[in-house]
Amino acid sequence: MTGPGLSTFRRILPQLVALVVILALNTAIAPGFLDIAYANGRLYGSLIDILNRGAPVALLAIGMTLVIATRGIDLSVGAVMAIAGAVAAALITSDHSLAVTVLATLGVGILCGLWNGALVAFLGIQPIIATLILMVAGRGIAQLVTEGVILTFNDPGLIFIGSGSLASVPFPVILWVFLGIVVSLLFRSTALGLLVEAIGINRRASSLAGIGTSALLLAVYAASGLCAAVAGIVAAADIRGADANNAGLWLELDAILAVVVGGNSLMGGRFSIAGSLIGAMIIQSVNTGILLAGFPPEFNLVIKAAIIVVILVVQSPASHTLFAYFKHRPGRAPDAAPATPPARETGKEAAR
Amino acid sequence: MTSSRLFSLATTFLIFILAYALCIAQFPNMLSTRVIGNLLTDNAFLGIAAVGMTFVILSGGIDLSIGSVIAFTGVFLAVAMGDWGVPPLLAIVLLLAITTVFGAVMGAMIHYLAMPPFIVTLAGMFFARGIAFLISIDSVPIKAGLYDTLHGLYFRMPGGGRLTFIGMAMLAVFLAGILIAHFTSFGRNVYAIGGNRQSAELMGVPIARTTVMIYALSSFLAGLAGIAFSLYTSAGYSLAAVGVELDAIAAVVIGGTLLTGGSGYVAGTLLGILIMGLIQTYIVFDGTLSSWWTKIVIGLLLFAFIALQRGLVWLSARRSGASAAIPA
Amino acid sequence: MVKNEPLLRADGVGKEFFGVTALSNVDFELLAGEIHALVGENGAGKSTLIKILTGAYRRDRGRVCLDGVAVDPADVKDAQALGIGTVYQEVNLLPNLTVAENLFLGREPKRFGLTDRREANRRSREILDQYGLDIDVAALLGTYSVAVRQIVAIARAVDISGKVLILDEPTASLDAAEVSRLFAILQSLKGRGLGVVFITHFFDQVYRIADRVTILRNGHKVATRPLAGLDRLELVSLMLGRELKAEEEQRAEPPDLATKPVVASFKGLSKRGRIAPFDLEMRAGEVVGVAGLLGAGRTESAELMFGIHQPDHGTIEVDGKPASFSSPRDAISRGFGFCPEDRKQDGIIDDLSVRENIILALQARRGWAKPLSRKEQEAIADRYIAALDIRTSDREKPIKFLSGGNQQKVILARWLATDPRLLILDEPTRGIDVGAHAEIIRLIGELRERGMSLLVISSELEEIVAYATRVRVLADRRHVGELPAGEITADAIMRAIAASENHGAGEAAGQAAAGTRESVA
Repeated sequence: MTGPGLSTFRRILPQLVALVVILALNTAIAPGFLDIAYANGRLYGSLIDILNRGAPVALLAIGMTLVIATRGIDLSVGAVMAIAGAVAAALITSDHSLAVTVLATLGVGILCGLWNGALVAFLGIQPIIATLILMVAGRGIAQLVTEGVILTFNDPGLIFIGSGSLASVPFPVILWVFLGIVVSLLFRSTALGLLVEAIGINRRASSLAGIGTSALLLAVYAASGLCAAVAGIVAAADIRGADANNAGLWLELDAILAVVVGGNSLMGGRFSIAGSLIGAMIIQSVNTGILLAGFPPEFNLVIKAAIIVVILVVQSPASHTLFAYFKHRPGRAPDAAPATPPARETGKEAAR
Repeated sequence: MTSSRLFSLATTFLIFILAYALCIAQFPNMLSTRVIGNLLTDNAFLGIAAVGMTFVILSGGIDLSIGSVIAFTGVFLAVAMGDWGVPPLLAIVLLLAITTVFGAVMGAMIHYLAMPPFIVTLAGMFFARGIAFLISIDSVPIKAGLYDTLHGLYFRMPGGGRLTFIGMAMLAVFLAGILIAHFTSFGRNVYAIGGNRQSAELMGVPIARTTVMIYALSSFLAGLAGIAFSLYTSAGYSLAAVGVELDAIAAVVIGGTLLTGGSGYVAGTLLGILIMGLIQTYIVFDGTLSSWWTKIVIGLLLFAFIALQRGLVWLSARRSGASAAIPA
Repeated sequence: MVKNEPLLRADGVGKEFFGVTALSNVDFELLAGEIHALVGENGAGKSTLIKILTGAYRRDRGRVCLDGVAVDPADVKDAQALGIGTVYQEVNLLPNLTVAENLFLGREPKRFGLTDRREANRRSREILDQYGLDIDVAALLGTYSVAVRQIVAIARAVDISGKVLILDEPTASLDAAEVSRLFAILQSLKGRGLGVVFITHFFDQVYRIADRVTILRNGHKVATRPLAGLDRLELVSLMLGRELKAEEEQRAEPPDLATKPVVASFKGLSKRGRIAPFDLEMRAGEVVGVAGLLGAGRTESAELMFGIHQPDHGTIEVDGKPASFSSPRDAISRGFGFCPEDRKQDGIIDDLSVRENIILALQARRGWAKPLSRKEQEAIADRYIAALDIRTSDREKPIKFLSGGNQQKVILARWLATDPRLLILDEPTRGIDVGAHAEIIRLIGELRERGMSLLVISSELEEIVAYATRVRVLADRRHVGELPAGEITADAIMRAIAASENHGAGEAAGQAAAGTRESVA
C-alpha cells in the first residue's frame, strides 16, 4: 500500500474498529445476523439491510463532509430531499421521461445548494443561519410542488432507483458507494480536496495564498445540494411517492452525526468521505442492533445523544489540553517537547 | 433612545401592523377579539418557548432541544399524573426541576467543553425525545382536576373573544422575560456575552455561570411551554412539537433579534410570534390557500430579516472604515 | 507634582512562554501623579509587561508592589479591585450596550432587587461630567465615535480602580482634536494623583504628555528616562537598537536601475483612513526597504499593492499594461507574492503539512483541475526544505509543530515556488531565532541578484541597511521620503523617521484617519 493510502486507512481505523465491534455485538445478540441469502435475483440479510437502509444518510453524508470540511454546516439537506422527491414525482407523473426527471431533479438540488453557497460566500452569513432559511422554507416549497398531497407514482424506472437491484445488490447501495467513490476521486485526484481543507482551516490565509475561496464554497454547497437531491430521489422511489412532510425529516442531523462519527472535525479542515460513510453505517448498525436486541426503536435517540456526548468530550479543546498535559508532562522525554507548539504561541505573544 | 437596534423592532412592528391592516381589508372579520384571543391561545406554547430562545440567541447561541423538551414534558406529565399517581402540582414542580437541570447540564457542556451550542443542544434534542419515547410511545390523555380548573380560567373580552389561561400565561412570561432582559444583572450579562465574549470577560462578566443559567432558563421555559402545550392538547405525545425550535428561532429573528447575538428585544419576539400566527390565521380565513404557504412566507421573512441584519452590520462596518475585503 | 515614593513598582519581572523568554528581568516604576510612557517595537514585551501588571498573565519571576505592598493579582478583576485599571486599544467595551450599561456592567445599582436604570444613568452623567463629556448615556455606545468610547472606557477604569490607569495605545485611531481632548483628561487625572502608564507609537505624543519614558526591546528594559532633556534621535535609537550583527554588514551593491525593466508601477494609490496617495515603481533586481514606526502605513501600502484591499484612487501597471486587483488571486496571477506580517493568522494553514503549505499558492494558481502530482509536490517541497534549510523532521509534519523561523521559511518557500517577479515581505524576520534571521537576510540578497523585485517592510533598521537598494520612509500613513542607494544608513533612516514624526504628526494622522470615524451620534 502506498503512503497516502496507508495514512487514510490509519485515519479511519477507529471507525472501522467501532463498526466491527457493533456488528460483532449484533451477531452475539442475533446469531443469524451475518447470514446473507440470495432470492429473487437479489441478496437478503441484515447486513444488506443496513447497507440499504443507510443509503439516504450515506448520500447526505458525502456532501455534508465537504461542507463541514470548509468549517460550514448544511441544515437544509433534509428539506432539499423533500423538494427533490416532490420535483421527481411531479415530473414523472406529468409524463416526462426518466432521464429528464432525474436530470431536472438533480439540477434543482444543485440550485438549492447554490442558494446556500451564495448566502455563505457572498453575503458572509454564518452557514448555520444561511442554511436554516431553506430548512424552514424547503418543506413548504416541496408541498407547493406536490400541492399538499403525497404524490404517488408507478414509473418502474424511477421505482428501480429506490428498490431495484443490480447484480443482485440493492440499487441504493450501488448508488451511495458509487457516488462516494466518484466524489472522493474528484476531490483527491484533483487539488480540490487540499484547497477545501485549506479554506476550512484558515480561510483568510487561503485567500491570501490565492485560493478562490468564494467559488469553492459555492461548489461545495452545490455538491451538498446535489447529494441531497440523489438522496431525495432514493427516498421517494423507495416509498413510490413524494411525502413533502416526512421525506428526509431530521436526516440533516443524522448526516451531521455520520460525518462527526466518521472522525471529521466540526471545526473544518481534514476530511475523509470514507470515514463519513462508515459513520453512516455505524449509525445504521446501531439502529438495527437495538431492534435485534428487542429494545424499542425509540432507544435509538438516547444512544445517538450518548454518541454525540462521547465525541464532544473526545474532540473538545479542554480534553486535548488534558491529553497534551499527560503526554508532555514536565520531566518526560525531551523528544516530546517539539511536539508542543512553542513557536506559534510565543510568536503570537511576542508580536503583541 | 436613538439606535439601530430599535430600527429592527420598528420594522417588525410596522410589518405586523401593515399585515394586519391588509388582512382586515380583505376579511373585516379578522378585526375581532375572538381572532386575537385565538392568536394568543394557539401560539401560547410557542411564545413561551421563544422567550427562552430569545435569551439563548441574544447570547450568541442556539437551542435545538426545546421541541423535544416540550414533547418530554407532555409525556412525563401525562404518565406521572395518570400511571404513577403523582399529584398534579408535584408533577409540575418535579418536571420544571428536571428540565432546568437538563438545560444547566447543556450549558455547562457548552462552556466547559468549548463546543458549538448547536451540536450540544442537538444531543439534548435526541436525548429528551428519546426519553419521552421510552416513557411512552402512545398519545396519553391527561385527566386531572387541575387541568379542568385551568381550562375554566379565562377572561371574556368585549366582542366574545376569550383570553385563555395559557394565553395569559404567555403574556406573563413575556413580561417576566422583558423584566429579566432589561432590569437584571443577568440580563445585562447575556447582552454583554452576545456582544463580545472577550470584552465581557475582561469587564468581569461571569461567563461560565451566565452560560449555564441561559440554557437552564431556556429549558425551564421549554418545560413551561410543554405544560401550556399539554393544557392546549390535553394529552402528552412523544411525537408532538417536532420542529418547534425552528419556529421559535424564526419568531426571534423576525422579532428583530440579531442571530449573531447581542442585540434585540424580548418584546420583538412577541411581535414575531404574532406575525407568524397572523399568517396562519390569514390562510385559515382565505380557505383556498394551503398551509404550506406559512412555511414559505416564514422562510422569506427569515431571509429578509437576515439580509437586513447583514446590511446593517455591513453599513456600520463601512462607516467605521473597518470593512475588510477578506473575511477572517 | 511627582512624589518620591513609587505608586507601582515591579522588580525583576520575567515571563516565559513554552521556554521562550517574552520578558526578562524588567524593572518598572510608576509614581503617583505621573504619566509614564512605555515604548518599544512589536515584540518588545510591552504587552506582556502590562498584562502581568493587570493580572491577565501570572509572572514567572519578580515582585510587584502597589503602594509599597507586594501584590499578585490572580486575574483582571483582582487587579481592578486592587486599583489597577486598564483600557485596551481594541477590546473597547461593548458597543451593543448603552453608555451607562458599559459604565456599570457587573456593578449595576439596584432597587427592589432590579437594576435601577435611572440611577445608573444619573450616576453615569455625573461621572462623565468630570470628563467634560455631555452625551446621552442611554444611547448605545456603538453610536459614538472611538474617541468618546475611549473616554467612557477610561471613566469606567478610573471609577472602578482609581489608583493606576494603564492605557494601551489609546490614540491609535484618534484625530488631532480628539488626542488633545484625551490628553487634557490625562492631565486632570494626573492632577488627581493617579499614576498613568501610556503605551503609544507616536513620539510627539510621548513628548507632549509623558513625564518619563521606559523603553523595552526584545523583552529587556533598555532605559527609563525623564523626557525633559531626552533627544528625539536618542529615543529612536534606544527603541530600535544599534548593535550590528556581523552577517548583516555586507551592503547590497546598488544596481544600475536604469538598465532594469520596471516590473510594476503604482500611481497615486490611496485608501481613506489607511494610507495617503503614494507612487511607487518597482524594478527587477532591486530591494525596496520600507521603514517607519508601527502604524505608519507600511502594511496598508502593501495591502493595496497586493489586492487585499482595493484602493479608492490610483492605478496599477504591470509590465506597462494597466491592471486592477480585486483580490490577491489577481495579483498572484500577475506574478506577485506576499508574506504577511501575522504568520499565524494570515500565513500558515496550521493543520496542513509542510509540503502542502509549500505548494499551496502554486496549486491555487494552477487551478484545482491541474493538480501537482504527489511526486512533483514532494520534489518541490524537498527542494525548498533543502534550499532554505527548513528544519523539520519530515515534510509531512503539520506546520504548526515547526518553530516560528521555520514556519516563516515555509511561507517564503510557498511564494518562491510560484516563481514570483515581485515579492512583498512584511516583517519577514519578526519573532524568529538569530540563525534563521541571518539566513532570510542572505536569501533576500540572492533573490535580488536573480532579478526578482522585492519590497521588504521591516522595523529592524540594520536589516534594511543590509539588503535594501533604496528605502521608502513612511510616517503617519504617508510616504514621506526616499533614501537612494548611496545614502542608506541606520542613522539616516532614523533621522528621516524622527524628522517626519517631528512636525504635525498628530494632524497628518488625523487627516488620514479622519474619514473613518465620523461620529454617528
